[in-house]
Amino acid sequence: MAIVSFKIWRTNESGDKFQDFDVDISEGMVVLDAVHQIQAEQANDLAVRWNCKAGKCGSCSAEINGHPKLMCMTRMDDMPKDKPVTIQPMKAFPVIRDLVTDVSRNYRIKKKIKKFKPRPPDATDGTWRMHQSDIDRVQEFRKCIECFLCQDVCHVWREHELHDEFAGPRHMVYTAALEMHPLDIEDRRRDLKEKAGIGFCNITKCCTNVCPENIAITDNAIIPLKERVADHFYDPLMRLFSIFGKKK
Amino acid sequence: MAYETFNHDVLVIGSGGAGLRAAIEASSQGVTVAVVCRSLLGKAHTVMAEGGVAAALGNVDDRDGWKVHFTDTMRGGQYMNNWRMAELHAKEAPARVNELEAWGAVFDRTEDGRILQRNFGGHKYPRLAHVGDRTGLEMIRTLQDHGIHQGIDVYQEYTVVSLLKNGDKVVGAFAYDREKGHFKIFQAKAVIVATGGMGRIYKISSNSWDCTGGGISIAYHAGAELIDMEFVQFHPTGMVWPPSVRGLLITEGVRGEGGVLRNKDGKRFMFDDIPDLYKAQTSIDEEEGWRYTQGDKNAKRPPELLTRDHVARCIRREVKAGRGSPHGGVFLDIAWIKEKLPNAAEHIKRKLPSMYHQFKELAGVDITKEPMEVGPTTHYIMGGVKVDADSQMTSVPGLFATGECAAGLHGANRLGGNSLSDLLVFGKRAGEYAANYAKENGGVRIDEAEVERMAAWSLAPFERGASGENPFEIQNQLQDMMQDLVGIVRNESDLDVSIEKLEEFEKRARNVGCNGNRGFNPGWHTAIELNHMITVAKAIAISAKERKESRGGHFREDFPDKSEDFSKVNVTLKKGSGENIEIRKVPKTAVREDLKQIIDEMK
Repeated sequence: MAIVSFKIWRTNESGDKFQDFDVDISEGMVVLDAVHQIQAEQANDLAVRWNCKAGKCGSCSAEINGHPKLMCMTRMDDMPKDKPVTIQPMKAFPVIRDLVTDVSRNYRIKKKIKKFKPRPPDATDGTWRMHQSDIDRVQEFRKCIECFLCQDVCHVWREHELHDEFAGPRHMVYTAALEMHPLDIEDRRRDLKEKAGIGFCNITKCCTNVCPENIAITDNAIIPLKERVADHFYDPLMRLFSIFGKKK
Repeated sequence: MAYETFNHDVLVIGSGGAGLRAAIEASSQGVTVAVVCRSLLGKAHTVMAEGGVAAALGNVDDRDGWKVHFTDTMRGGQYMNNWRMAELHAKEAPARVNELEAWGAVFDRTEDGRILQRNFGGHKYPRLAHVGDRTGLEMIRTLQDHGIHQGIDVYQEYTVVSLLKNGDKVVGAFAYDREKGHFKIFQAKAVIVATGGMGRIYKISSNSWDCTGGGISIAYHAGAELIDMEFVQFHPTGMVWPPSVRGLLITEGVRGEGGVLRNKDGKRFMFDDIPDLYKAQTSIDEEEGWRYTQGDKNAKRPPELLTRDHVARCIRREVKAGRGSPHGGVFLDIAWIKEKLPNAAEHIKRKLPSMYHQFKELAGVDITKEPMEVGPTTHYIMGGVKVDADSQMTSVPGLFATGECAAGLHGANRLGGNSLSDLLVFGKRAGEYAANYAKENGGVRIDEAEVERMAAWSLAPFERGASGENPFEIQNQLQDMMQDLVGIVRNESDLDVSIEKLEEFEKRARNVGCNGNRGFNPGWHTAIELNHMITVAKAIAISAKERKESRGGHFREDFPDKSEDFSKVNVTLKKGSGENIEIRKVPKTAVREDLKQIIDEMK
């Protein structure tokens, strides 16, 4: 089809910099195909994470022409033809090598969130009853493929570097899926306020804009969680109840 | 010892559904557990499973039960299945699925609030619990999120190069971390291999990067027997266009929801060839087929939902006869249901969201308006490491295998949905029995000379550097060769050529080179994995040559019929001395009398 130029971030003992490559692009190729072609033919040691190449595993997150995206779901057809395609690792995470970043922080954060705790089963055979309309919202959150693009783009991490203070959009979605699960009886509101730092989010919706699964992260997960936290800790009537509750 | 060493009672290699389920179970038995995975946690190929998990819950049709599921599985597998595994699987799958709900999984619901089940090829009743068309994601995330609170140590992005033995027993594994490339030793009293399949040895495959057959290869090299390696499943509906997505899976759920297959003349060619074994269960016309997909309990299955091996061959036949689609497939049409349903477009998007998304984004096709172009894609291996049905222990003491890399449950052809239930049922069993084994056996000692030998072998590609061959080039050629010569239709002379070529590849793999350093170096990773891919490819080609009949996923144009003699044996491979592979035809054990009766009753 055409020769396209790429600028790909390489880490190197002698300093990190962009390296230029030319790739012969054929119909329907995605950015990850081009990266694989470079790896196979020009730079065997070009480091990149990938698993499914179908937008289902969330491994190949990177910044393509400055936009956080999955490389496997970004078609070459949609790239401007008049300038090189730049590919960089996600900015909010430390680089391990080339396009591979250290995302282990996300796994540590998740482990701290209180796990699913179901109410006792509804039926004698140990099963539960839930209606589809009651789980639609939770199923939206559970579409998350953990690509961490939302974490990458969140300015609380990206600009303000408050990685330790704010759990990030992914973990808001994860917590929302637990909190809104019809069977769950755990309470994570205090943790949301005190540990996950939900107050740091000022709903700029950057996360929602980059989500490859089109989860309405801000509107459907973060804002309702903020409301639950606010109702619990700041509602005067609720505070009164909780004071009396304590005296008991 | 020179290398960092980790000690655990049970080592699980692989973090897909089977590995995680095994780890959770072993850990709950009170032993220490390590999970080693090549990718990040939660990214394994299980994530790509779409249609659902098969379990005879009977939520949608209460005529279902374990006996029906057992019979369907045996029929689908052309009776090559390990009948004891098929029995355990059918009996235990419902409990394993319900257990996921207790761990937070959110399956789609029936009207009365129970887990919804859908139709799938070869299953008599609606049996697949599902979440739209992303069931695998739901399963792996549920297991992952439950597992991280069970005290399991997870080693992410570690590659196991080989298993370590002491005498007959397995005592651990030799590995390296991908980030730094440092060698690591895992000492364990029991090891569970749960590394999944091998689709990546073919050019056209639905499989994730991870599916290189590594676990089958390391188990083989440690002395474990392999069986049924000739039975490879080519899923009938992979994407065929554009080239970069060729092979990507289109769930059978599309056909379960009413999608039909047509050739370029618009003909529903699946009605042309219905195998005798399935005649009584297949609809007589298009109208009855439609009613079946819409839940009419008196209607029979449309022929599009015949078993995968058969549908794949019918598609190939149409393409060969010049009746295919522009890019060498056939048409799969779900858009036509707008003739039957109001709001069909919305219905399709709700039932098949990933499929809609996948075609829209990657092929520029709106499946609510136009048909998809589809063709067969390498999807699954029914064969693998031979295991004991109850315990999942291999022929090597202390070594267990479970999930796709283990063999037996599916026989000659796997039914859709039976792999996810396989992972749960036998993942749990492997975890339980490995934990018990670990409790009863101790005294693990690592053979340091073997470790040094493996370390030197692993680093050899760096010594060759630029003077060695490019590992990616050999890998590409291997994939092309397997696709051409050991694919969906096979014959003796092609298989002979393939075995010769594999021996050449083996030699060339010993001469690959890599540049750069050991930190996250894909050239080096491929140089090592290539050896495993070739081992598995060779096992498939040799077994395919040995089985001189056609059955399930294995089709020989020079022996197009089933053979009575071959129905009684498993082609069994074992590592001999040096590079020699011992090939035997091992007689199958007769089906237990009560199970035989069940099969006969349901014929």
